[in-house]
Amino acid sequence: MNKTPMTLTLTALGQQLRSGALSSRRLIESQLDRVQRSNASINAIVSIDSDRALAQADYWDRQIATGQSIPALAGIPISVKDNLCSKVGVTSCGSRMLRDFRSPYDAHVVERLESSGAILFGKTNLDEFTMGGSTETSVFGPSRNPWDLQRTCGGSSGGSAASVAAGLVPASLGTDTGGSIRQPAAFCGVCGLKPTYGRVSRWGLISYASSLDTAGVFAQSVEDIALVLQAIAGHDPRDSTSLPHDVPDYLAAVRQDHGIQGTRIGVIRDQIESPGLDPQVRSSLLEAVEAYRRLGAQIVDVQMPHSKYSIATYYIIAPCEASSNLARYDGVHYGFRSAAKTASTLDRMIEQTRSEGFGPEVQRRILLGTYALSAGYYDAYYLQALKVRRLIRQDYDDAFANVDVLLGPTTPQPAFRLGEKINDPIQLYLQDLFTVGANLAGIPALSIPIAPGPEGLPIGMQLQAPVLAEAKLLSIAAAYHRATEYQPKLPAAFEDPTS
Amino acid sequence: MNDTATDYRVVIGLEVHVQLKTQTKLFCRCSTRFGQPPNTQVCPVCLGLPGALPVLNAHAIELACRAGAALNCELADMTKWDRKNYFYPDLPKGYQTSQYDLPICAGGYVDIPIAPSAHPSGSENSESSEKVVKRIRLVRAHLEEDAGKSMHDEHSGRADSKIDLNRAGTPLLEIVSEPDLSCAEEAKTYLSELRLLMVYLGVSDGNMQEGSLRADANVNLHFVQDGKTIATPIVEVKNLNSFRSVERAIDFEVARQASEFLRTGLAKGQAPKQTRGWNDALGQTELQREKEEEADYRYFPCPDLVPVRLTALQKQTASEQSAATPSHYRDLLIHEHELKSNDAEILIQQGKSVVEYFLQCIRAGASAKRVAVWMLQDVLRTLNDRSIGIELYPVTPTRMAELLTAIEQGKVDTSQAKQALAKLIDGPNLSVDAAIESLGIVRVDASEIESLCKELLAENADVIDKVRAGNTKAVAALVGQAKKRNRNADPRLVQETCLKLIEQMQ
Repeated sequence: MNKTPMTLTLTALGQQLRSGALSSRRLIESQLDRVQRSNASINAIVSIDSDRALAQADYWDRQIATGQSIPALAGIPISVKDNLCSKVGVTSCGSRMLRDFRSPYDAHVVERLESSGAILFGKTNLDEFTMGGSTETSVFGPSRNPWDLQRTCGGSSGGSAASVAAGLVPASLGTDTGGSIRQPAAFCGVCGLKPTYGRVSRWGLISYASSLDTAGVFAQSVEDIALVLQAIAGHDPRDSTSLPHDVPDYLAAVRQDHGIQGTRIGVIRDQIESPGLDPQVRSSLLEAVEAYRRLGAQIVDVQMPHSKYSIATYYIIAPCEASSNLARYDGVHYGFRSAAKTASTLDRMIEQTRSEGFGPEVQRRILLGTYALSAGYYDAYYLQALKVRRLIRQDYDDAFANVDVLLGPTTPQPAFRLGEKINDPIQLYLQDLFTVGANLAGIPALSIPIAPGPEGLPIGMQLQAPVLAEAKLLSIAAAYHRATEYQPKLPAAFEDPTS
Repeated sequence: MNDTATDYRVVIGLEVHVQLKTQTKLFCRCSTRFGQPPNTQVCPVCLGLPGALPVLNAHAIELACRAGAALNCELADMTKWDRKNYFYPDLPKGYQTSQYDLPICAGGYVDIPIAPSAHPSGSENSESSEKVVKRIRLVRAHLEEDAGKSMHDEHSGRADSKIDLNRAGTPLLEIVSEPDLSCAEEAKTYLSELRLLMVYLGVSDGNMQEGSLRADANVNLHFVQDGKTIATPIVEVKNLNSFRSVERAIDFEVARQASEFLRTGLAKGQAPKQTRGWNDALGQTELQREKEEEADYRYFPCPDLVPVRLTALQKQTASEQSAATPSHYRDLLIHEHELKSNDAEILIQQGKSVVEYFLQCIRAGASAKRVAVWMLQDVLRTLNDRSIGIELYPVTPTRMAELLTAIEQGKVDTSQAKQALAKLIDGPNLSVDAAIESLGIVRVDASEIESLCKELLAENADVIDKVRAGNTKAVAALVGQAKKRNRNADPRLVQETCLKLIEQMQ
C-alpha cells in the first residue's frame, strides 16, 4: 500500500497524478472517505458537492490519460473558505443571513483554481462574515483544532486551516483581513500566506473590510503555498484595487536553494519581548532566529514604534468599512428575511432581519463602525485611524529600508481553549496584535510552523516582506524549513488507519 | 405680493440630476437602455450581490468633464468616490456611491436669458422680446450612481411593492446651484437652459419623460420687516420631473410659505427643515420628512474604488468638446447671420442638429434670412406634422440651399418653390431641377417674354397710358393675361419687361 496520500504535499500529489501512480478519482474517493470519518470531529467543511468533485476527478484522469499537458493543480482537491463565492453549493459567510445563499457567479480565486485544474473540495467554516478569531461566531458552530479538539483552530479561516491540518485537503483558500489566515495557520501547524493587498483579486470575496481583505493560501509546505499562489495571483480588471504587476515564478524562487547568506532578517524586538508573549513561543522563535543566523543571515533588531496602535487602528477602520459593506443584507433582495409579525413596516422588517440574521459579534462591529462614522465622530475616529495607518505603513517602509523580511510571532500563544475568550471581545481582539500590521500596510505576510509548543501544540512564526516581495518571502521561509528538515505531519488522530 | 403688509424675496436653489448618455452603467457593464423589462439589465455589481466590486466607467468621467467645462466649473485634479449610507429597498447595496468632499466639478455658472423686467413674482411680461442675461452660480457638480425604481401595485389590494433595478447604477451628474434663482419662471428657464446645454454637448439625452433630468428645489423667502431681513425655513421640494412641475411646485411653495410665515412668524432655525414632495395630480407639495437635524449619511471614501486623477489632456479635450454650446450658436445666429433673437431662439431650442442644418444650408450658398424663414415655417412644420427629427427630414441641406437659390435667381417664385419642396419631400432622390420641372415649370426665354409683352401692350393701350401717367403698378393687370398665355411666365419678369418696353416706346 502506498503511503497515505494526505501525509504528502500537493507537490508530491501532483507528481503521483501525472505519473499515473495515483488517479484523481482514487484521491478524491479517499479524501471523501476522510471527510466522512473526520469532519464531524473538527467541523472544518460546511458543505461539499461529492458528485461534482468525482466527476471532475474523472475528467482530469481522462485528460491525464491522453498525455496532454495538464494544468498545475489538475485533479487536486482544494477547499475554499465559505466567504468566497462559488456557483457550487451555498456561500454562507458562516451567517444565518446567507445560510441558503447561492452565488450566481464564482469568485476570481475560485475561477483561477478551477482553470488550474483544482477540484473545489468543500467550503470551509469561518467566523461569521470573518469577524472573529476562533470560528466560534459561525452559524455552523465552532471548528476544532485537529491537534486538540478542545482547542480552537483559530479564525476566521479556521475551517480552512483545520481542513489542511487534518489532511482533508492538501491546500485551502482563506481570507485575511487582520490575521485570519496566519493565526489559524499558526494554531493548526500549517503554512498560511496573506499576499500583498491587490496581488490576488477580491472579486467574489465577500467584503468585510475592503481596504484590508486579502485572499490567500493554506498548505502543508511553503512550496505548496507558492504553487497555489501562482494559480490565483495576477491582475483582474473586475477589482479596481487589483495590481497590474506581472506575476513572478514563485515556485522557482522557492525551489532555488541558493542559500540565504547575507539576507537581512529584521527581528521585531518589541514583539519578541512583549510581556504577553507565551514563553514557549518566545523560546521557539529565538531558536528560529538562531537557525537563520547559522544559515548566514544577518540578524537586525527592528523597532516598530507605532505597532502598539495597530489594534486600535484596525478596530476603527475594519468596523467602519464593515458597517457599510454589510448594509446590503437588509432582507429585501436576497438572503435571510425575518418572518416576525413585528416586521410589518419596511423599516421594522430591515431592523428585525438584521437583528435576527446577524450574530452578536457582527452586530457589535456594525455598531462600532456606524458610531465611528457618525457626524461629529468621523474626524476623531475614522480620519485619525487613517492617519495612524499611514504612520504604521511608514514604520514598515523604514524597516524594509534596512531588512529583507521581518520576523516575529504570529500569535501571542498557541491555540487557546474553545470558549476561553469568546465572551471577552477585547482579549479576542488582542490575538490580532502581531498580524493586523501587515493588513494595515498592505504587505505580504506568512506564518509557518516552527518547533512544537507546550502540550505539543503548534507554534507559528510570522515573516513579513515588502509589497509584492512574495517570492523573497517564500524563499526565505523555505530555507528555514529546509535547514530544519521540517516535515509536515498529521495529528495522530487523523493519520490514515490503513497505513 | 404687493397686497401683503410685508414684501419678500424668493430664494431658490436647484439640485438637478442629469442622467449621462453612456452605453453602460457607472460601475458595471450593464446597459443603460430605458424601457426594458424589469430587472433584465442587471448583474452582480448593480444588484449589490455579495462579493461584487465596482469598476469605473471612463466614459462617464469624460462626459462629466465635458459638462463641467461647459458649466464653467473648475475640474478637479483629483476626485474620489464616497459612500452615502442609507437603507432603502431600491438601493441594493445599502449605500449610494457618490462624491462628497472632492467633486469632479467645483464652482461654475450658467447664464440664462431672462426678460429684463422679470418680476420676482414671475409675471408674464413678454412684450419686450430682447432678453438680458442672468448668471446663476453653481456650487458644484458631482457624479453618482442612480438607485432602482420602486413600483407600488395599488390594485392588488395589499402592500405589494416591486423593485426594478434596471436603473440602479446609471450615472448621474448632480448639478447644485447657488440660491441665485428668484422666481419659478427663472428656475424653469435655468432647468431648460441646463437641459439644452447637456443635450447640445451629447452629455445627456435630456429626455424628461424618461427621467433623464430630475430636479429638487430648495425654496425659502426673505421677508423684509423693519429694515431687517428674515428668512423663512428652507424647504426642499423633491420629485420635479418636468419644467411645468418645477414652475408649479415653486409657485405653490412660495404662496404656501408666505401664508405660513404670516400665520406663524417662524423664521429659519425656529422650525425644522422640511422635505416636501410635489404631487403633480393634486398640484400641491406634501410633507415627506421633518427633521431637526440633517440626515446622517456617514459618508466615507469608498474602499473598493481608487481616486481618479484628471490629466491635462482630459481637461483640454473636455474644454474642446464643450465649445458647441447653445449660447455659442445663439451668438452665431444673431450676430453673424443677423437673425432676430426670437427666430434664433426657436431654432436653438429645436436642438443642435436643426441649427447645424441651418448652418449647412448657408454654407451651401443660401442666404441666412431666407433659410431662417423657410426653416421656421416649412421645415419645422413638416418635422412637427410627422413627429420626426431633422435627421429624418428628407431634403438635404444642399438640396434646400439649391431650391432657395433658385428663388433668388428668379428661376421659380416662392409658391412654385413650395410646390417643388413638397415634391422633394416626397421624392428625396429627385434633384431640385427635376422637382421644378415635374411641376411643369420650364424656364421661359427672355425673348419669348418680350414678344409676349409686346403682344399684350399692343392689345392694352390703356395700361401704357396709365404707366405714362405715373402709375407703374398698372402693369400688374397684364400679369394675369400673360399667365393665361404662358403659365410659366415669371410675373416679376413680365412686369419688368413691360415697363422697359413702355419706356423704350417714348
